[in-house]
Amino acid sequence: MWARAVWLAFRSGLGGCQAFSTKANFQGSGPITVEVIEHLERLALVDFGSREAVARLEKAIAFADRLRAVDTDGVEPMESVLEDRCLYLRSDKVAEGNCAEELLQNSHQVVEEYFVAPPGNISLPTLGEQERTLPTQLSSYSGKGVSCEHMKAQ
Amino acid sequence: MLGRTLREVSVALKQGQITPTELCRKCLSVIQKTKFLNAYITVSYEVALKQAEESEKRYKKGQSLGELDGIPVAVKDNFSTAGIETTCASNMLKGYIPPFNATVVQKLLDQGAVLMGKTNLDEFAMGSGSTDGAFGPVKNPWSYSKQYREQRRLRSPGERRGADEDWLIAGGSSGGSAAAVAAATCFAALGSDTGGSTRNPAAHCGLVGFKPSYGLVSRYGLIPLVNSMDVPGILTRCVDDAATVLGVLAGHDPKDSTTVQDPVKPFVLPSLTDVSKLCVGIPKEYLVPELSSEVRSLWSKAAGLFESAGAKVIDVSLPHTSYSIVCYHVLCTSEVASNMARFDGLEYGHRCDINESTEAMYAATRREGFNDVVRGRILSGNFFLLKENYENYFIKAQKVRRLIANDFVNVFNSGVDVVLTPTTLSEAVPFLEFIKEDNRTRSAQDDIFTQAANMAGVPAVSVPAGLSPQGLPIGLQFIAPAFGDQKLLTVAKWFEKQIQFPVTQLQELTEDCPSGFENDNSASVFLKQC
Repeated sequence: MWARAVWLAFRSGLGGCQAFSTKANFQGSGPITVEVIEHLERLALVDFGSREAVARLEKAIAFADRLRAVDTDGVEPMESVLEDRCLYLRSDKVAEGNCAEELLQNSHQVVEEYFVAPPGNISLPTLGEQERTLPTQLSSYSGKGVSCEHMKAQ
Repeated sequence: MLGRTLREVSVALKQGQITPTELCRKCLSVIQKTKFLNAYITVSYEVALKQAEESEKRYKKGQSLGELDGIPVAVKDNFSTAGIETTCASNMLKGYIPPFNATVVQKLLDQGAVLMGKTNLDEFAMGSGSTDGAFGPVKNPWSYSKQYREQRRLRSPGERRGADEDWLIAGGSSGGSAAAVAAATCFAALGSDTGGSTRNPAAHCGLVGFKPSYGLVSRYGLIPLVNSMDVPGILTRCVDDAATVLGVLAGHDPKDSTTVQDPVKPFVLPSLTDVSKLCVGIPKEYLVPELSSEVRSLWSKAAGLFESAGAKVIDVSLPHTSYSIVCYHVLCTSEVASNMARFDGLEYGHRCDINESTEAMYAATRREGFNDVVRGRILSGNFFLLKENYENYFIKAQKVRRLIANDFVNVFNSGVDVVLTPTTLSEAVPFLEFIKEDNRTRSAQDDIFTQAANMAGVPAVSVPAGLSPQGLPIGLQFIAPAFGDQKLLTVAKWFEKQIQFPVTQLQELTEDCPSGFENDNSASVFLKQC
C-alpha cells in the first residue's frame, strides 16, 4: 500500500484534477488525466501502483499513435486470419463433464459446491476515498444490496 | 547419446542401444547438473521415470508407439499439464494444478514421450528475454561455452569478473524450453509463439524454432495471451525433428474451434537436392539500421548460398513492415486485457486475504499476482479498448493487420516460395545489458522480425545459421505461405544441411564431465567451439 500513500501525497500536493504527464510533447491524445487513470484502474481491476507505470502507459500510447500515419481507407478490420473459413461447431451432445469436485479443488474458498465470493455491489474505492478507513466506509453498505453473510468464508 | 537428434535416439531405443529408463535417468541427471541455468520451473521426476518404465515395457514387447516413444521432452509452463503444477511463471498461478492436459501435451504423451518437466518463461509469456518470470531469469547455456568465455577474457584482460556476472539471456519468452534443449536435458520442447517467442530463443540458443501456421495445431490448454496469434511452437536441434513433432501435434481438435478441419498426415521431409525451381524473397524493409553487422553478413551469405545453388533470389517488399510492431503492440495488449480478466482469485490461482468486497478482493489479488509487465499491458490494453479510443486504436490496428497480412499474400502470389529474413537483431546479449531497457521497449525491439508472421498467421522457422565472432549462435528465419509448413521445413532442411551447424558438440556437456560441473565459478559446461 505504500505506493498509494506516495501517490496520494503527490496528488494532494498538486490538488484537483492535475494531469499527470512526464512529457507534454507526444502527439495525439494528450497527457493522461486522473479520471482516465481511475477509470482504467476500475475497469482493469489492476492498479498503476507508481508514477513510472503511468509514464510507461504514456509511452505505450505515443508508440501506438504511430498507426495514424497508415492510410487505411476502405480497409476492413481483420479479426482472424482464418476469416475465410467456417468455425467448427460440434454437435450439441454432452461428451464430458461431471468434474465439479476436481474443479472445486483449485479454489481457496469453497462451501459445498459453491465458490465463495466476498460481498458484491460494492464499488472499488477511488483513490480519494481510500483516505478514509476501510471498515467505517463499508459498514454503511452492510444493509444494502446483495448480502452474502451466510457465504462468508469460515 | 544426449547430444544426438531425436530421430537418432529413437533409432537407438528401437535397436536396444539404450533403454528408455537409462535415457530418462541421464537426462534427469543433466537437469540436476544444469540447475544454474534455471531452465525448469518444475521437474517431474516421478512422472518421467514412470513414463520411461512404461515405454521400456512397450519396447521389450516390440510395441513401441512411434518415433517419440521414450523420448524425453519438456513443455513450457504455460501449457496445462494434469497433476503437474502450471504457473506461467507468475505468482497468480503458483500452486495451480490443472485438472486436464493441453491437447498438444496429451498428443505427446499418447505417443509415449517422457515429460521431463515444465520450463521457465517470461511471466505469462510476455517478454523477449525470459527474464521477467516469478522464478527468476533463464541463463543461456552458450554463456558457458569455452569460446565465449575465452573471447570475454581476451577483450577485457584486466577486468576481474565473477565467473557468472556476464551470463547471456536465453531469449524469450520460451527461453526455458530453448535452454532445456540446448543443454541436452531433452530432445524436443514445446514453446508458445505469439510474437516470436519460440523463434527468438531458438536463434539465441542455436536451435530450430518452428512456428506452425495458425490453425494447424491446437491451442486447447495453452494459457492464452493473444487468441488470434498464439500458436504452440516446437524447439528441436534439427529440422527433421521439428517435422517429426509437428506430425504428432498437427490436426483438427474438436476442443479448439480455431483449428482447421483439413485432414493432416504426418510427413517425412524430402531431402532437396535441386533448388533451381525455388524462389527466395529478401524483404528490403527488414534491412534496418539496428541490425548487427554479424547478422547482416550471415543473412547475405545465406542469400548467396541459395543463389549459387541455382535458386532464384529476389528483393521483395513488405511495405507495412515498419508499422507491424506498433500494430502488434496494440492488438496484443488489447487481447491481453481481455484474457487476463479471468484471473480473479475466485476459482483458481492466487487469492488475497481481503474479503470486504468482490472488487477489492479482485483488485488486490491481481496486484499481488501479476508483475509490472503484465499489469502494464493490461492497463494499456484497457486504454486502447475504451469507447473513445476503440476506433482510433483497436479497429485501426485491425485494419493495419489486414494490410500486413496482404503484404505477405502479395509477395507469395508473385511467385516467391519462401521469404528469408534475420530472426533477431543480434546475438544473445548479456543479462546486465538487456535489463537496461524495460520489457516493453525490449519486446518492441526484439520482436521486429518475428511478429509479422504471427499477425499474418503464416508459418515461420528459425534455423541456426552460424556463430558470431564471439562464438554465439545466430539464427535466420524462413517464412512461407499459410499452411505451407511442409514446404517451409523442406527448404529449412536444405539450408541446415548446407550450414552444418554443429550439433554433436553438445555431447561434451555430459559425457566428458560426468562428475558434474561446479555449479558456479568457472562452470565447466563446455560447448566445443566449431
